[in-house]
Amino acid sequence: MSNQPTCVIIGASHAGVNCAFALRREGWEGAIHLYDSDPMLPYHRPPLSKGYLSGAEKIEDNVLKSADSYREENIHLHLGLKVTNIHPTDKHISLQDGSTQAYDHLVLATGARPLIPPIRGLESAQNIFSMRTAQDATDIREAFQASQNKRIAVIGGGYIGLETAASLKKLGAEAIILERENRILSRVTSPEMSQFFHQLHTEKGVQVWTQKNVVSVESNNQLNIIHCEDGTRYEADMIVLGVGIRVNTQLAETAGLDIHNGIRVDASTRTSDESIYAIGDCTYHHNPHYDCFIRLESVQNAVDQAKIAAAAICGKEPVYNSIPWFWSDQYDVKLQMVGLSNGYDEVVVRKEAGDGHRFSVWYFKGDTLLAVDAVNNAKAYVLGTKFIKGGTRVDKKQLADPTVDFKPAALILH
Amino acid sequence: MAKITFITSDHETITVEGTSGSVMQLAVKNNIQGIDGDCGGVCSCATCHVHVPTEFQDKTGKASEIEKDMLEFEDNANESSRLSCQLDISEALDGIVLHIAN
Ligand SMILES: Cc1cc2nc3c(=O)[nH]c(=O)nc-3n(C[C@H](O)[C@H](O)[C@H](O)COP(=O)(O)OP(=O)(O)OC[C@H]3O[C@@H](n4cnc5c(N)ncnc54)[C@H](O)[C@@H]3O)c2cc1C
Ligand code: FES
Repeated sequence: MSNQPTCVIIGASHAGVNCAFALRREGWEGAIHLYDSDPMLPYHRPPLSKGYLSGAEKIEDNVLKSADSYREENIHLHLGLKVTNIHPTDKHISLQDGSTQAYDHLVLATGARPLIPPIRGLESAQNIFSMRTAQDATDIREAFQASQNKRIAVIGGGYIGLETAASLKKLGAEAIILERENRILSRVTSPEMSQFFHQLHTEKGVQVWTQKNVVSVESNNQLNIIHCEDGTRYEADMIVLGVGIRVNTQLAETAGLDIHNGIRVDASTRTSDESIYAIGDCTYHHNPHYDCFIRLESVQNAVDQAKIAAAAICGKEPVYNSIPWFWSDQYDVKLQMVGLSNGYDEVVVRKEAGDGHRFSVWYFKGDTLLAVDAVNNAKAYVLGTKFIKGGTRVDKKQLADPTVDFKPAALILH
Repeated sequence: MAKITFITSDHETITVEGTSGSVMQLAVKNNIQGIDGDCGGVCSCATCHVHVPTEFQDKTGKASEIEKDMLEFEDNANESSRLSCQLDISEALDGIVLHIAN
C-alpha cells in the first residue's frame, strides 16, 4: 500500500472529469476517485438540446473522455453511484450502496438539476420532460418519434428551451414557447438579442408567447391543456420544461459549507472547508475582471475552475481569472458570447453587409467594453475577447460602421 | 481507415487509426495531450488547434471562414492552423501528420 493522498471528486461531468485529468497533468500521483449517479460514460451536455436532439448524433460520439482514457490515467470512475453524505471532520464520504471512501482532498462538482416549477397538475401531465441529462434527451427524442401530432410546448424561453424548440422544429414539430417574462432570454441577455431570437423562431414557424405565466396543466389521454394566468390555453402532446436550474448544494449543506446562491469558493475554488473545493455550475465565485460575485452555467466556467482546483490541490496558488464565454446554436444561427454585460449603459450594434443574420452587439459601461454577443460572426467574438482581455478602448463610431475594417487597428481608440 | 500521427507540444509522436468522426474526436478518444475539444466540436472553443504541415494541406483542404476567424488571435496560430474538430476523418487523411499547437 502506498501512503499517497487520495482525491475524491463528486460529479463526473464537464467540471469533475476535467478536474480528474487536470490533476494528473499537474502531477498528482495519489488515487483519484470520481463518482456520478448518472450511469452513462460522462458526456458533453451542450449537444443534448442541439445536434443530439435533432437526430444526427449519438451520445457515444459526444463522450468527454473515452473509457480507456480513465484507465490510462488511473482514474477510478464510479458511475451509477450516488454520494449520500460528506463527513468533513473525519474526511470521508458515504455512498448509496452503504460503502464509504476516505479523502485527503474533496472536490464538489455536483452541478445543477432542472427546476420543476410549481404548476398545478404537472405531476400527472403526459409526456413531460426536463432537459439536463442524456436520458432526458433520449426520452424526448423517443416520445417525439412516437407522438402522432407532434405538438410541443416548451415552458421557459431560455437558451435550453429555445434550442430544444429549434431542434424539434427541424424534425417537423409544431412548437410553441411559453415565456413568463415580457421577453425571452430576459435573465441572460439584452432586449436586442431577445428580439432577434423571438423573430428568428417566429420566422422558422415556432410560436413564441411572452407574458404567459403557466398556472396549471390538465391532461387527459395523450393530450395536455396548458392554462396560463391570463386565461389563455394551449394544447400540447409533449411539454418540455426549460425554466432554469437548482444548484445541487445538498451535500455541501450536510458538510456545513458556506452557501450563498451556490457553494461559495475563493479564487482557488476552495470552499469554507480547506480540504474541500467546489467547481462548475454549483459554485458562487468572484470574477476579478468584473469584480463581482457570480454563479455561471457554462462549459467554460466548469473547465476553467476544474483546472484551477487541480492546480490548487497540487500545491500551487492559482487564481481564477477567466473572462466568461458561452455559445448557443439554433437553426443555422450560431451565437457566441464573451464577457458579462451586467451593468452596461450603452449598446453598439454592428450589422455586417448582406443578410440580417450576421451582426454583433457590443455592451459598454462608459468607455469600457463589458461583453459582446456575436451572431454568425466569429470575428466579432474573437475581437471582443481580445479587447475585453486587454482592457482596450474601442472607437464606438468606427465599430458601428460595417464599412470600417473589422480589425484591431481600425477600431482601437487612439 | 486513416492512420493519423499527432506530434504533441512536448514532441511526443503518437499514431492512431480512425474510421469516422472528426480528428478532434479521435484525439480525445486516444487521450492525446493538447486537444481538449471543450465545445464538443462546434467551432466555439478553439481547444482543438493543430498545425498541418504544407505537404499535407491538400489532404485537409482549406479552413472555413469561421475557423479562420476563431483562430485569428489564438496563441501559436499561423497559416497552417486548423481546428481539428473541422477535419473529418476519411481515407483522404491517411498518413497525415498533425502538430498540436498547445
Ligand atoms: C441541454 C443543455 C445545453 C447546454 N448548452 C450549453 C452550451 O451551448 N454552452 C455552454 O457553455 N454550456 C451549455 N450548457 C451548460 C453546461 O452543460 C453546464 O454548464 C455544465 O454541464 C456544467 O458542468 P458541471 O460539471 O459543473 O455540472 P453538471 O454538468 O450539472 O454535472 C454535475 C454532475 O454531478 C452529478 N451529481 C450531483 N450530485 C451527485 C451526488 N450526490 N452523487 C453523485 N453524483 C452527483 C450529476 O449526476 C451530474 O452528472 C448546457 C446545458 C444543458 C443541460
Ligand atoms: S472542439 Fe471546440 S473548436 Fe474544435
